[in-house]
Amino acid sequence: MTKKITIEPVTRVEGHGKVTIHLDDNGNVVQSRLHIVEFRGFERFVQGRPYWEAPVLVQRLCGICPVSHHLAAAKALDVIVGAGTGDGLTVTGEKMRRLMHYGQTFQSHALHFFHLASPDLLLGIDADPAIRNVIGVIKEFKDLAVQGVMMRKFGQEIIAATAGKKIHGTGAIPGGINKNLSIEERDSFLKGADPMNIDKMIEWAQASVDLFKGYHKDHTDLIDNFAAFPSSHLSLVRKDGALDLYHGVIRAVDSEGKKILHDVDSQDYLKYIGEEVKSWSYMKFPYLLEYGKKDGWYRVGPLARLNTAEFIPSPMAQKEFEIFKAYTNGKPNNMSMHMHWARLIELLHSAEMMKELLNDPDLQKNDLVVKGTKTNEGVGMLEAPRGTLFHHYRINDNDQIEMANLIVSTTSNNEPMNLAVRSVAESYMNGQKEITEPMMNAVEVAIRAYDPCLSCATHALGKMPLEVSLFDSKNLLIDKKRT
Amino acid sequence: MSKPIVATTALASCFGCHMSLLDIDEKILDLVELVEFHKSPIDDIKKFTKQCDIGIIEGGCCNSENVHVLKDFRKNCKILISVGECAIMGGLPALRNGIPIKECIDEAYLNGPTVVESNKEGILPNDDELPMLLDKVYPCHEVVKIDYYLPGCPPRAELIWEALVALLTGNELKLPYEVVKFD
Ligand code: SF4
Repeated sequence: MTKKITIEPVTRVEGHGKVTIHLDDNGNVVQSRLHIVEFRGFERFVQGRPYWEAPVLVQRLCGICPVSHHLAAAKALDVIVGAGTGDGLTVTGEKMRRLMHYGQTFQSHALHFFHLASPDLLLGIDADPAIRNVIGVIKEFKDLAVQGVMMRKFGQEIIAATAGKKIHGTGAIPGGINKNLSIEERDSFLKGADPMNIDKMIEWAQASVDLFKGYHKDHTDLIDNFAAFPSSHLSLVRKDGALDLYHGVIRAVDSEGKKILHDVDSQDYLKYIGEEVKSWSYMKFPYLLEYGKKDGWYRVGPLARLNTAEFIPSPMAQKEFEIFKAYTNGKPNNMSMHMHWARLIELLHSAEMMKELLNDPDLQKNDLVVKGTKTNEGVGMLEAPRGTLFHHYRINDNDQIEMANLIVSTTSNNEPMNLAVRSVAESYMNGQKEITEPMMNAVEVAIRAYDPCLSCATHALGKMPLEVSLFDSKNLLIDKKRT
Repeated sequence: MSKPIVATTALASCFGCHMSLLDIDEKILDLVELVEFHKSPIDDIKKFTKQCDIGIIEGGCCNSENVHVLKDFRKNCKILISVGECAIMGGLPALRNGIPIKECIDEAYLNGPTVVESNKEGILPNDDELPMLLDKVYPCHEVVKIDYYLPGCPPRAELIWEALVALLTGNELKLPYEVVKFD
């Protein structure tokens, strides 16, 4: 049965994220749900479009990490045009794309930490909401805010130099890339006037990791116990087990670290992954087929990546990785708030990788595109800032897209975000008759750890509009609050 | 004189236009001195508590909630600006306008390769908590009166900055050909 479609503007509440909580007769939480209320329908409307439009069309699902969609689509089309997967491109093609992707990860992680998470950490989770935002941080911690703004700017400039535009560029094309990096562009990043150069970025990224570690020491209980729960973790890893954000094989580990998906080829993802549909959310629930809908769910994103990878192939981030791993004695880290820690280690890694690439003369070569024998289907995967991203296309003989399937990062975190909300609901709501302010904020903090990008699935800046409704055992609404 | 008050929202959109606003980089520090931000995803204010001078709208209307928010913005802002192609003419989400909505839903939840086996029961999103989808994606000016339009996908950061400065100073904004035709 489909929902009745009408253009009649029904007046409803505002909010892209909505939480409902149901209580039993004793006032204990029996059900909590995070509803995602956005629907686009791109799987259908890209059908019939020429395949080479995919990298520029589909990135317009998300302006926060468009490069991820741009590159995942291009990678799928590499397969379709016969340029192979991952290592099939020319060195310049692959390295330009990698530089674009590390620039993107750098800007997105900086945005997330400074613009979004830092108000809670620096100003306090229970600070007055009127000042607990990025503007508050700008006013109170100007130097730090400037660092955040400039780090994001640096990443965006890298994207502009590799993709042609800061947002919704055109750099990646099927089989390669449409430009290389000029000496002038390279030098502007290597030797730019303070602070806009890569050495400063590495220094600031390291300082961000240190800032978090200091905060963790002072707020151990919050960071370790808030919304923590065991789960499986999934990501791409390089064939030798290294962290690799651009290309790799799919690996998943359970909460104890046992491998449950053994480094499989991304082209075969359909053998391993399915998606469950639930009537109360537009966002689907991916799971590992072998473990079924109930137990097969997993987390993706920075935390998952540091749980699946065996090492980080850049020296400063590797050092921080060892400290991170030692904290859980080498076992997977299941603490939701440690997602911020993992994200900052990746911020540092991205800065180091950008430096390595900028110093690589391959970026000035002119062999940009590979041609091969065309096929009609391809899968493109990479590690977007928020986690594993799947793009899958099939084309017809007229070069039109016939089928498109996408699993965006936030979708894989659907069940984990619901569990995080449930854990907060249980600790704050059991036996309560009304929704308290601390509980509202706690729900947001839990969701925000996942950095949900609910424009593919909410709003990255500040707080997403959130509505929480509380129902008693007879399904009567007893309280409702909006942030 | 008190600072002009600015509110922003993102409807059926990708958030890229807000990101482009952030791409003014260091000028963000000037901007928070020049204007007061009211209801916006970049701060914590979720409800209108006062009349605003400028409302920045990103994205068109694809569901009942977008319509509700847009009307609320019209009521509470003296000037509304449609920023970006989605607000101006529906943008990428409007690609669905030629297609029955049922086909879009079926493809996403019944026929796609990761759901075809996993959703044999044929479950579809259908819940009181989900807003009604509209039959089409509507540009903002078909729903409420819009005062200004800023082209691009997204409009480049400098253009957003110049437009705000022009509005605040009462000067005319220059829109060169390439800004209108490309972005
Ligand atoms: S106009 Fe472009 S950048 Fe702006 S919301 Fe629409 S797709 Fe995103």
